[in-house]
Amino acid sequence: MLTYTLKRVVQGIVTVWFIATATFVAMHAVPGDPLANQRATTEQIRQNLQARYGLDRPLIEQYGIFIGNTLQGDFGISFTQANRRVNDIIFESFPVSATLGVLAVVFAAFGGVVWGALTAIYRNRLPDHIITFLVILGISVPSFVVAALGQLALVDINAWLGFSLLPVAGWGSVRHMIVPSMVLGLGTMAYLTRLMRSSMLEITGSDFIRTARAKGLPSTRIFLKHQLRNAILPVVTVLGPAIAAITTGGFVVELVFAIPGLGRSFVQSVQQLDYTVIMGTTVFYGAFLVFMVIVVDLLYGLIDPRVRLE
Amino acid sequence: MNTVERFNPLDFEPVVIERQVHAISRPSLSYWQDAGRRLRSNWRASASLGIIVGLVAFAIAGPWVWRVDPAAQDIDQISQAPSLPSTALIVEPSVPWAGVTSEPIRAGQAVTELRLAEPATTQTVRLVWEPVLGATGYVIYRSIYDPAPDRALGLPLGDVLGAQRASYEDRLDLDPTRYWYSVVVLDASRAEQDAYTTLVVDVVRAVSPEEAVARGWASDTAAFGVGDQITLPFHPLGTDYLGRDMLARLAYGARVSLFIGVVAPLVFVLIGIVYGSIAGFVGGRVDQLLMRFAEFVIALPFLLFMILFKIAFGIGPGESGVFPMLVALVILDWPPTARLVRGQILQIRQEGYVSASQLLGAKTGYLVFRHMIPNTLGVILVTLTFAVPSAIFTEAFLSFIGMGVAPPTASWGSMANEGIRTMLPHPHELIFPAVFISIAVLAFNLLGDGLRDALDVRMRGRE
Repeated sequence: MLTYTLKRVVQGIVTVWFIATATFVAMHAVPGDPLANQRATTEQIRQNLQARYGLDRPLIEQYGIFIGNTLQGDFGISFTQANRRVNDIIFESFPVSATLGVLAVVFAAFGGVVWGALTAIYRNRLPDHIITFLVILGISVPSFVVAALGQLALVDINAWLGFSLLPVAGWGSVRHMIVPSMVLGLGTMAYLTRLMRSSMLEITGSDFIRTARAKGLPSTRIFLKHQLRNAILPVVTVLGPAIAAITTGGFVVELVFAIPGLGRSFVQSVQQLDYTVIMGTTVFYGAFLVFMVIVVDLLYGLIDPRVRLE
Repeated sequence: MNTVERFNPLDFEPVVIERQVHAISRPSLSYWQDAGRRLRSNWRASASLGIIVGLVAFAIAGPWVWRVDPAAQDIDQISQAPSLPSTALIVEPSVPWAGVTSEPIRAGQAVTELRLAEPATTQTVRLVWEPVLGATGYVIYRSIYDPAPDRALGLPLGDVLGAQRASYEDRLDLDPTRYWYSVVVLDASRAEQDAYTTLVVDVVRAVSPEEAVARGWASDTAAFGVGDQITLPFHPLGTDYLGRDMLARLAYGARVSLFIGVVAPLVFVLIGIVYGSIAGFVGGRVDQLLMRFAEFVIALPFLLFMILFKIAFGIGPGESGVFPMLVALVILDWPPTARLVRGQILQIRQEGYVSASQLLGAKTGYLVFRHMIPNTLGVILVTLTFAVPSAIFTEAFLSFIGMGVAPPTASWGSMANEGIRTMLPHPHELIFPAVFISIAVLAFNLLGDGLRDALDVRMRGRE
């Protein structure tokens, strides 16, 4: 277990190095000059700026400096926001994105398990058909459409009630978080529902359930202890990729609902070609995702003793 | 010994073997025939296939049949809802109107006899009324709703000062719809009275002959006279916020979206097949190295790198931005297929029929084309089908956040991005592209489900 964990962590670090290198290469292949947007353009100022950002050095040296700084957790200074450190930008916006993401994952996992179990219980009956239809819809409708329609619906609901039930956009209180996290988790919830349904059906047909019935166990106990617990396992496996999917979906939700998260600041920095912010955000996000997947894999080994971690 | 002598060969006759041959009641089907039959019996998959064929036909034939320039803007018809062909009345070019003044003869809270001085057109609406004694002026409001219940008078158009003034001319952004005009009296201290007079006006679309020619609605001013009706450009699905035809943009957008959605998966699945086959066949250190690299690429945060690569390739002036997106998709999306193909190849290599074939002297090339590829084709086909909706999604997503195709190129994603800005007053601009994206993704997903079930031998006889 310990050697496996260590191996995974070392692999994760190498992966993050690869992400950092790929980001560096991609950013230096971008046409245009990061200082082109600066207002002061006399030669002297330009040279000073280049020296400040290390742009006057050879590329390989810049790469060395970038990797060295990244190892120390320093992503440099923003190009467009005067004197703001990239670290500050990340640490301001990341908790927002993380809160939104965690809420969305909880909503998606909980909803997926409940709906999936319901469809399996009501197999081929009306509730099953209705939920399955909604699931297909949830998988096929793009997240930005869901976000826009959610916002539109909220406007109508607020107008109909005559007072603001939930805010339409912005961030700050718990009330701001409800609708965006639901919108964000919807696609993943649909996917998990589907997964949960098939795994429930598989379990229901297995021998140990029949044995439990034959023993005369009450059906609620069979359902909770034998079916549900075993059926949830595959859901846990895909939580790692699901977290990745939810963080990327967060981009749209943050844009539509005007939430000051990491996704929005990334999109803004790309639009303004803010090199250090782009590189810092990408490396940070990549590292976060890599280690989330490792954590989920390790957790899975703890939950399901049948999984042998080699 | 003697016993043998006692047998006479003539006593023996051959036994007639009455072989009962099992009659084959069904025709023998190949794997693909069987899969095809099961796919056809799955109504969801068949319907999806029909929808996909329809969408492709729409993308290919649409711009040929509906020959409207998707980039042509029409500032006079912005954000039109879907409608039937509309016409416009030809009128004289409008001339300045001095207005009407008359001596007030009656006192009161509100003006009386509010009426139109001439028929209301989109050129001008001219209101006249009987002025009120003691008034210092009048404020004119316009609304698109009935102001009656709670005095919601709408847009204050302006005021006319002076008790004798008895007219107002409205030329502000007139649409061919119904308006409620309200006139409120200003008292001696120039405060608005509570009372108001309302007139319902149905405005008729009208143009002068010169204007019609200038906008390209007619070729010659001599072709028609004042009072005639001319037919306006027809926008069956309405127009967007720049007055561009939605149907034409949806058809061109289908070309872009489906092109990216189909071509990118084709290319990266092909690359994945080659990469995975090499890894699976060569094995050993090369395999490890290749697969480790594939894992690195999988670990890259997909959308972030999509955006990074997209800006790294850059979009020059006048380019649509389709090609950079294609390249970025291919660079990032090949590893899952490569892993899948490698796994399949490793598995098939272990099979008995491959060893048998090798024992009979089959060469590697024969093994690959006779055994490996046909046996992995089903899995690859399913992967390909599921890759299409995710590519369409990615294109739509990127265009939605403004990192996709460059304007004025239309794609469903960029149309949705533009539509979301006018979502509240003109929902059709968002709904049409969103519906197209959803239907395309849904159809490919259902077809993928059907294909997977049809190609899976374990599913045989389970319908």
